[in-house]
Amino acid sequence: MTTLTPTIRTGRAGIVTGTGLLAKRTTVTFLRRPELVVLSLVQMSAIMLTFRFIFGGAIGTAHGLPYVDFSVPGFITAGVLFQTLGTAIGIAEDMEQGFIDRLRSMPFSTAAMLTGRVVADTGILAIVLAVTTAVGFAVGFRLQASVLGGLEAFGLCLVFGLAFSWLFIAVGLLAGNVKAAQGVSMIVFIVTFASSAYVPTQTMPGWLRAFAENQPVTAMANAVRSLTLGSHSQAFLGHGPGYFVIRSLFWAVGILVAFSVISVAKFRRAAG
Amino acid sequence: MTLTIEARGLTKRFGKKTALDGLSLEVESGQVVAVLGPNGAGKTTFVRSVSTLIRPEEGELKVCGYDVRREAESVRRVIGLAGQYAAVDQALSGRENLVLVARLFGQSAKQAKANAEAVLELFGLDEAADRLVRTYSGGMRRKLDLGASLVSQPRLLILDEPTTGLDPRSRLDLWDAIEGLVERGTDVLLTTQYLDEADRLARNIVIIDQGRTVASGTPAELKRRIGGKILEVHVRDRAHIPLVAQALTREGVAAPQIDESTRRISVGADDGAAQWLIDGLTAVRDSGAVLADIAVREPSLDEVFLALTGQKTSSAESVGAATLETA
Repeated sequence: MTTLTPTIRTGRAGIVTGTGLLAKRTTVTFLRRPELVVLSLVQMSAIMLTFRFIFGGAIGTAHGLPYVDFSVPGFITAGVLFQTLGTAIGIAEDMEQGFIDRLRSMPFSTAAMLTGRVVADTGILAIVLAVTTAVGFAVGFRLQASVLGGLEAFGLCLVFGLAFSWLFIAVGLLAGNVKAAQGVSMIVFIVTFASSAYVPTQTMPGWLRAFAENQPVTAMANAVRSLTLGSHSQAFLGHGPGYFVIRSLFWAVGILVAFSVISVAKFRRAAG
Repeated sequence: MTLTIEARGLTKRFGKKTALDGLSLEVESGQVVAVLGPNGAGKTTFVRSVSTLIRPEEGELKVCGYDVRREAESVRRVIGLAGQYAAVDQALSGRENLVLVARLFGQSAKQAKANAEAVLELFGLDEAADRLVRTYSGGMRRKLDLGASLVSQPRLLILDEPTTGLDPRSRLDLWDAIEGLVERGTDVLLTTQYLDEADRLARNIVIIDQGRTVASGTPAELKRRIGGKILEVHVRDRAHIPLVAQALTREGVAAPQIDESTRRISVGADDGAAQWLIDGLTAVRDSGAVLADIAVREPSLDEVFLALTGQKTSSAESVGAATLETA
């Protein structure tokens, strides 16, 4: 009979190694679940195609801005939320199946469990967003501003994704099981529809408009618009890129700080 | 004497529900201890406390000499936990799962690989090592989970209901695996609802109920606690049950227990009450009942368990009633 090598009983992986190991695990796990990959890639593309070709005609143009130019940045922004929602489900799954208990019973940096997931999910998000962006170009979206502006918009989406990963980690930890975590997806529908992501807020009733114009998805969608459409959009949006970028960064940092604190506290707390 | 687990007055409440109510117990090193109790007795809460997953509100709990509250990190270095669910990643292969856990314990890639290999071999999973866990049977997953708790070579292995939900074949298989570990000298803390599991695997059994330790000892000691021998009469015809019952009642040490469905009447005798046994047997013979079988046997752990936890099951209730008062 083979014996275990007689050493190492007191070790632990540092936060960097731990983050790396768990990021790799999350990525591999994602890629090996074709249903998740397909869902991620098809979901946003399908919504985009529906709006572009079915509703788009009816929505027409706004302030001389073709609907395709208006909507693609919105879809990409909404896509950040739909993609990072998977984080909540992944975390809830890990809780349900005892994986998190195992890690918590190990001499292991609690933060690495979470940072590992955030790193992996942000990586996966980058791929999904790239595909969504490609579909956006395929249906007729064109950069009106510089390529640099486009890259900045992409980077901003990743920052936003990073923040929302933490939000959804907290959701997953608080939900504790997959069903409850999935229930939260309704909120994502509400926040993305009650924003400027798909349609201009101007046509919304006053109360809804007040909400829509003061929530993170709108700030973010408009930031992506102004970075990719440049002056083309300024007349319509009322402000330049700086205004929206700062607002969305403000939101991102706020969400990141608040929910990383909540997540780590919840994770660390000997809950049960 | 080194104590692997030292619990004193542990209390833990979840809202209004008291899961642990001043639980105390001691486990010496070099032992396999089974914590036995009905559902909701506090087994899982206790195990989660030992694993540093929850903090008891009151009392003291030391694992391998380390305080679970103040020295949680040290406790985590010496324990391995296999919970009620197979906490392995379904989208990874068996080998990948083990290597991941080993590496999270700070082992080098090479060490982790070697340890994973050893564990796979130990549990006979080498052939399935590179298949994704989602293709594994329930029993294989549990074994892998058990393996994952071993790659760090813990001093104390904590198994929370390791065979719950497994088919009988996988259960036996897993028992063999656990016995193998015990032979290698790993201390094991095991919770179970199955008496046969405790009887087979553990040298010491702690019975808990409603968050408290009700009794502890070796299986033989516990069996002695509910009195010496049991005289069990199996009649051929259900109609003859009252005949035997009456005969035994007249001889009376305690009221006989009747199980209508299996047509058995049993009664407890004090240890060494040879004369009583002879009288009892004579009474049964003279009762005129047609017997299928008659036996004098040790009480089963089932009877001990039911007696001590006060569960209302016809066979055990009054057998243990007398001892409960002295317990």
